Amino acid sequence: MSSYILGHYAYWASIVVICVGMYGILFKKNLLKKLIGLSILQAGIIQIWVCLSSKWGATVPVKAQGLSTDVAANYLSPLPHCLMLTAIVVGIATMGVAFALLMAIHKRYGTLDESEILSKACP
Amino acid sequence: MKVQQLPILIAFTYLAWALLIPLIAALRKNWIYPFTLVGSAISACASIYGFISSFGSEPLRYTFGGWAPPLGVEFIYDSLSSFILMVINTIAFLVLIHSKGVADREFPEKKMPYYALVMLFMLGLNGITLTGDIFTLFVFLEISSLSSYGLMSVGKKFAVYTAFRYLIIGSIGGSLYLLGVFYLYTVTGTLNMADIAAMIPQVATQPGIVTGIILIVAGFGIKAALFPMHGWLPDLYAQANSTSSALVAPIGTKVAAYVLIRLLLLVFGINAVDAVAPISTIIGILASIGIIYGSIYAIRQTQLKRMLAYSSVSQIGYVLLGLSLANPMGFRGAVLHILNHAIMKACLFLVAANLEKQEGHSDLSKFNKSFAKKYPWSMLAFTLAALSMIGLPPLAGFFSKWYLAVGAVEGEQSWYLIVILASSLLNAAYFFRIIERIYIKPADDTPSSQNDVAFSMLLPTLILALGLLVVGLMNTTLLSNLLPFYD
Repeated sequence: MSSYILGHYAYWASIVVICVGMYGILFKKNLLKKLIGLSILQAGIIQIWVCLSSKWGATVPVKAQGLSTDVAANYLSPLPHCLMLTAIVVGIATMGVAFALLMAIHKRYGTLDESEILSKACP
Repeated sequence: MKVQQLPILIAFTYLAWALLIPLIAALRKNWIYPFTLVGSAISACASIYGFISSFGSEPLRYTFGGWAPPLGVEFIYDSLSSFILMVINTIAFLVLIHSKGVADREFPEKKMPYYALVMLFMLGLNGITLTGDIFTLFVFLEISSLSSYGLMSVGKKFAVYTAFRYLIIGSIGGSLYLLGVFYLYTVTGTLNMADIAAMIPQVATQPGIVTGIILIVAGFGIKAALFPMHGWLPDLYAQANSTSSALVAPIGTKVAAYVLIRLLLLVFGINAVDAVAPISTIIGILASIGIIYGSIYAIRQTQLKRMLAYSSVSQIGYVLLGLSLANPMGFRGAVLHILNHAIMKACLFLVAANLEKQEGHSDLSKFNKSFAKKYPWSMLAFTLAALSMIGLPPLAGFFSKWYLAVGAVEGEQSWYLIVILASSLLNAAYFFRIIERIYIKPADDTPSSQNDVAFSMLLPTLILALGLLVVGLMNTTLLSNLLPFYD
């Protein structure tokens, strides 16, 4: 049982990060804090992908002196990293759009508190 | 004969136009609208031509950069994706023709960014439909989602807030999808759809695959507004401007439903996975609850756009119900309902837009006989679309419901028949109430001398209404190419 947890500690850590993000989105009343929660959630998912391609005793996938290219254990898989670069860019774009919307919300209602905005929405 | 570059022409015309529109706007402000129409027309014509030429020809696999499919990214242009492309591009073209009147009234200063975002939104949807790679699908999904957040934030008083809420919920959907792709990649080691489909029979019962599929269903369930995840939808459609809601309501959620159909039926082969976890049964039950729930809430609404939004929740249930049946008739019903509902919902939202432009509101309690006098053509279109929603033959809505009912009987799940029947009755309840007001309820004031809306707004509405009759009569021809697709 302990090896089930300790053997996969990086994955468990990512799951904890994802749960923290979910908690922030669900239970925080401030819209900015919800956005922070979303950011943490995305970071957790990126982390779990990056964990996937990590390998003990392997190196970056560039041909190195004295290291056989026939042995897969010598090199890391570059694919998850490349995918996650794209996902990070997508996450940044999401943050940009979200901040623009938040600024518009703050300009219009003078607050970022969800219950205050809702009380104005449904009088 | 098939043009090899057709998929690129269809999808990337939108990308080129998204970049060209700001330049055109710098030259002349009033060129934006005709220029947008040209781009949209190119895509719509190319996708209609592609659909016609896809009859009886082999699927086209378009690879990028000279990398062969399992390693490289590819577009798959087969009869199913060409069908969906035809639906979304034609509807978008008609809605964009209509957008002139809405843009002048609701956001005259923001036309350039608005139309550029529409082009990016369409690029995302076309990419989702075409792609044969589950990670590229995520990228296109985020392109379309991010631009739809922008489109939805232009509108009434609380549009910004509802758009932000949509952003948070939609991003969770995208993130769940990405996590699901992680599980699939861990087990299969590939991202190519055809590769995964070939590998699934050996690995279908592994927990990684099942977890991945559940996460993907949850992610795209949020995007498609599957029942317990539909909360973002009604307020969003009611607050956004008329063009955005007429654009996103018919095709945005439909494309998410199409992704579920393609992934679950054609890539994962849901029957193999069902042996471990009853995913299709769960989708079927949720869709049934959504169908009834959406119809009941639609009856309670007092505003036309909100009513249509709840009715969307109900109608997307039909598509997913057909998916959950996982037999040829159910598949046929689901795909036909994507087309039918896109036409019906676009038509109804355009009528709502026409009314908001002329009356300044779409309050159901103020509908009366003077509407039929003042707006005879809009009301005719509304009546046709409403009858089609209820499912009267020979209008289009009847046939998809018929296929779904036959599919339910063939799949020995006859209790879905009760759901379809009950929902048709509830649809009749909320649409006949309005039709009754329009044609029978006497006007309490003398009718003012307002005429129907401008020709550019009336034409698309009527074409869509007429399209319902055409699609209804021609549905077997339209579907004949899709029949051998899933059996």
